Amino acid sequence: MKTNLKWLNEYLTPGLDLSKQAVLDLAQQIELTAVEIEEVGQVAAQQDGLVVVRVDELKDHPDSDHLKITQVFDGQEKIQVVTGAPNVSEGQLVILATVGAHIIDRESGELVKIKKAKLRGEVSYGMLAALQEIGLPDAVCPEPIENGIHVFAEQDGVNPGDDALAVLGLKDPMIDTDLTPNRADLLSMRGMAYEVAAMTGQKVAEVADKGAKEAAFLADDQATVQIGETGLATGVALSVVNGVSVDKSPLAIQSRLWTSGIKPENNVVDAMHYWLLATGQPLAAFDLDRLADKVITVRLAKEGEVLGQGDGEEAMALRSGKDIVLVAGEQVIALAGIAMDPMFKVSHSTKNVLLVAGQYNPSFIRQAARRHGLRSESSFRLERGIDLTNTKPALQSAANAVAKASDATLAKGQALAGFDNIEETVIETTVSRINQVLGTTLSDETVVDLLEKLNLTVANNDGRLKVTVPGRRTDLTIPADLVEEVGRLYGYDNLPTALIDGQSTAGDLTRRQKKIRASRRIFESLGFDQAISYALMTPEKATAFNMMGKHPVLALDYPMSSDRTVARQNLISGLIDDVAYNVARSVKNIALYEQGRIFLNDNAAKQPVEEEHIAAVLVGSLAESTWETGEKEEEVDFYALKGRVETYLENIGVDQVTFKQSKAHANMHPGQTADVYAGDIYIGYLGQVHPEFVAKQKLPVIFAFELNLEEIILLSKREVTYQPISRYPQITRDLAILLDDQITNQEVLDVIWESAGQYLKDVSFFDLYKGQGTPDGKKSLAYQLTYQDQHDTLVEEKVTMDFAKVTEALAKQLGAEIR
Amino acid sequence: MTLVEELQGFLKEATTELAKPDVDVEAVRVTFLGKKGKITGVLKSMKDLSIDEKKEVGQVGNQVRTAIQEKIEEKKAAQAAAALEEKLAAETLDVTLPGAKPKIGTPHVLQQIMDEIEAHFLGLGYQIIDDPVDSPEVETDEYNFERENLPKDHPARDMQDTFYITPEILLRTQTSPVQSRVMEKHDFSKGPLKMIAPGKVYRRDTDDATHSHQFHQVEGLVVGKNITMADLKGTLLSIMQELFGEKHQIRLRPSYFPFTEPSVEVDVSWNEVTADTKPEDIKWIEVLGAGMTHPNVLKMDGIDPEEYTAFAFGLGPDRFAMLKYGVEDIRQFYLNDTRFLEQFNERGN
Repeated sequence: MKTNLKWLNEYLTPGLDLSKQAVLDLAQQIELTAVEIEEVGQVAAQQDGLVVVRVDELKDHPDSDHLKITQVFDGQEKIQVVTGAPNVSEGQLVILATVGAHIIDRESGELVKIKKAKLRGEVSYGMLAALQEIGLPDAVCPEPIENGIHVFAEQDGVNPGDDALAVLGLKDPMIDTDLTPNRADLLSMRGMAYEVAAMTGQKVAEVADKGAKEAAFLADDQATVQIGETGLATGVALSVVNGVSVDKSPLAIQSRLWTSGIKPENNVVDAMHYWLLATGQPLAAFDLDRLADKVITVRLAKEGEVLGQGDGEEAMALRSGKDIVLVAGEQVIALAGIAMDPMFKVSHSTKNVLLVAGQYNPSFIRQAARRHGLRSESSFRLERGIDLTNTKPALQSAANAVAKASDATLAKGQALAGFDNIEETVIETTVSRINQVLGTTLSDETVVDLLEKLNLTVANNDGRLKVTVPGRRTDLTIPADLVEEVGRLYGYDNLPTALIDGQSTAGDLTRRQKKIRASRRIFESLGFDQAISYALMTPEKATAFNMMGKHPVLALDYPMSSDRTVARQNLISGLIDDVAYNVARSVKNIALYEQGRIFLNDNAAKQPVEEEHIAAVLVGSLAESTWETGEKEEEVDFYALKGRVETYLENIGVDQVTFKQSKAHANMHPGQTADVYAGDIYIGYLGQVHPEFVAKQKLPVIFAFELNLEEIILLSKREVTYQPISRYPQITRDLAILLDDQITNQEVLDVIWESAGQYLKDVSFFDLYKGQGTPDGKKSLAYQLTYQDQHDTLVEEKVTMDFAKVTEALAKQLGAEIR
Repeated sequence: MTLVEELQGFLKEATTELAKPDVDVEAVRVTFLGKKGKITGVLKSMKDLSIDEKKEVGQVGNQVRTAIQEKIEEKKAAQAAAALEEKLAAETLDVTLPGAKPKIGTPHVLQQIMDEIEAHFLGLGYQIIDDPVDSPEVETDEYNFERENLPKDHPARDMQDTFYITPEILLRTQTSPVQSRVMEKHDFSKGPLKMIAPGKVYRRDTDDATHSHQFHQVEGLVVGKNITMADLKGTLLSIMQELFGEKHQIRLRPSYFPFTEPSVEVDVSWNEVTADTKPEDIKWIEVLGAGMTHPNVLKMDGIDPEEYTAFAFGLGPDRFAMLKYGVEDIRQFYLNDTRFLEQFNERGN
């Protein structure tokens, strides 16, 4: 809310110091005590050199059909100014940007300096300006820029030589406050006055407009109001002003509106806005004579009803049973608090006006404003909660203002509906409770004093407080709210700083947390950078690399972009996006891992299953030296990836790990993909991403794995046991066998271990050979077997015997030829 | 020439030989000291001499032999040293050529911030809640909003644009729902509840330099008897000094969150603050929201707000990382450019 401090001072005694430093200090105080500050200063803080001048002479430019040469008077001397303004005429009071003046350029938003200029041979000492040209936003200027320069009205009371910025209100000190949803009271001058008074020790005097010529006849006789259904509004009040003449508002009113961000329209509508800003009460004005029926009903929209048919504007469909509307008879005249039918708006021909002040149900207003995408100053306040005790006085001031503006007559009284269930809020609490929550030791007197500063009524009975809350503070309802009021006014800076005492608690990670953290550390040791990718993606990506089949996707009801519509079911897709991003930026060697959730939406009515997974991608070279070894030799391959997965599983404590060739993953290379098992439990897969898949995206060869961390956490329960290192010697035997190509290493190992006897400690594979010297369809494999007895020196004969059993079994079971 | 003179001549001769740079030391030894060498030759020829003469020649012969032997050893050592020097010289490397560097991966910068926060609160006796059961990323409207004192149509729901899945299921917009999931289960007879909940949250935002539809939060909650706002202030001061340095200060400003009352925004000083720093010279940066847990929230979770008080806070690792390292675009955190990620590779901070 943009608060004009000159205006605010009308409420305050003795009044705020408006010097520059005092205003900055006040803003700081507001920020530390109430709400955040958006801006402090003046609307036109940087501009200068703008004066009011009178156009004394006017003649056409000899070399131009649209330029005119004027002689203007600035109170001291005549100045020649060339202007292209279409509306300039003699005798006008206008704004001159003098030579050397600074104004804000409309196009660039930058500060520019006015220079003496020659326009088609004629010297111009400055420029006549429109409001838009001196820094006022287009949205709040009463006239469009095409209409020309700003012209002061006679009753504005300005004189040649006056500082134009000052008379336009653009030098008034302003504080623009941000708003938290609870502090609806700070959306009015009146509310701001109470708030600022509490923090500066000022006294507040309510401001009202009165003294209009009042008619003997009643408002009630000209219009009545009823609330159709309970719950739509707590109260609605009408006033009628007869015999208005609609015209521009005085400059004083207009300037307050435009400094507050509202565009002046006419003396009726402006009064509505003025008193809305002053009191926070939404107000609407209708042309009474255009209403066919003078009975106003507040009810919900009916099926098929629309707002605003005529006027060539498109009608707005109303939400039946959901939108609160104002109807005159059966004619919808307004969507309550949000919009009105232009047909009933006050225009220059309006003679009699109907003013409406409503207290509509905040929840309905909020939904309507959202659904129709229409936020108004009124709806904004209504949905946050207005002062229900101030509706009638606010309307009364507004009606007086309308009547006085054009010497019209105010019909007596207000036509009312509702207003019967407005209860006072009383909160009971204790000083000790307030101290307990804040961690302070404030005295009863201090607490009472702080609450009274806010103009709350406090009854203190030995520390037991009964606090009556005025209607403007709709946010105060429970004792905790009073704790906040005391806390913030006392000053959070003044609170002591403590650390919780009392019972101590142990902070420790769970086993699950330790395993997850250890998993991350292991992959970092293995050279993978940690990635955190987006969890939302397209349905295709979300399911492209699932570990086990597709699940129904978890889809957003209303996504923000077509790239991110569902939650991922695998991590590899996100990592491939990361690879693509890196490749596009010429990064060639990529090792990324990610640990995060995947979402399996198997029951749409419930939350999905969320599983922690860990996945990684390897791309490019693994060379440690940039020059000693050829990069080619260090290119990532299946075994580079597999080895890392094996090291991880070994170190995290998963045993009995086996790898099984798998063709089940559609987006993986069918010959270079393996499912990973721990015993019988499937824990994930690894391999090369399908060459077709990467080719389509113009990506290099990618190796990837994904593991289910949930399974790994469950499986890795191995107790660490210590075994003394045997001091007895080891004996090794090398084994080279020739066998069918289809037989896997795993099968060979299985046979070796089954037939090995008790002393075999380790089998290491060290050679694979195919080609020259081996028959077609055969391959040669070589292993080293290590034997050791934990408790005795192993004799050669024993090893020879055991080794013979292995070779025999390989020959018999796998048809291996021992070489 | 007497035999003695002859022998003394050998010493001179051998010394001259050994002084030659490329001399074959072994050949010199054979020539003078060998079985058929010159010294032996002279000694063999002295059979005609008198005993005294034999004695003299023998003595000189031994002296000369020893002297030549010493010279040879000296020369051998010198030659070996020269050879070693030559070999080492030949093996000399350009030590300025790059080494073979095994790569160690870098934890994500956001992870590092969260790790730092976790370590701090573990030390203060907090539990960390980050499992899918108590901290699901896909939440219900009930836990994400209603239990946080945000009934449907509450104006504060506008503060958080939400990705809904169904009217009742959504992507959590905050880590606050973890509070309720833990509070309703906590056994207060075993002491106060102190927890943090790090995790991903989602908002219906258009991604740009300062907005991301996915980001992180670390929720903090302490529930117990006599938990005060002064405790909250102390706790926040300690974590902010952990993250930004111990000379940094915080200040609390009033704010509004539906789930806390009183609610505060917390600013951290961008510059270090000492006793001499003037208040107007402190630059404050807004970093987090916090407050005393709203009685309604406690009540909904089965906790008597008369008996227990609580505070809660929400930390933003993304924002902290941006502030701490001057990262200008939040999207960098989720695009995983390895050149970006690897900048944060210093350990032990």
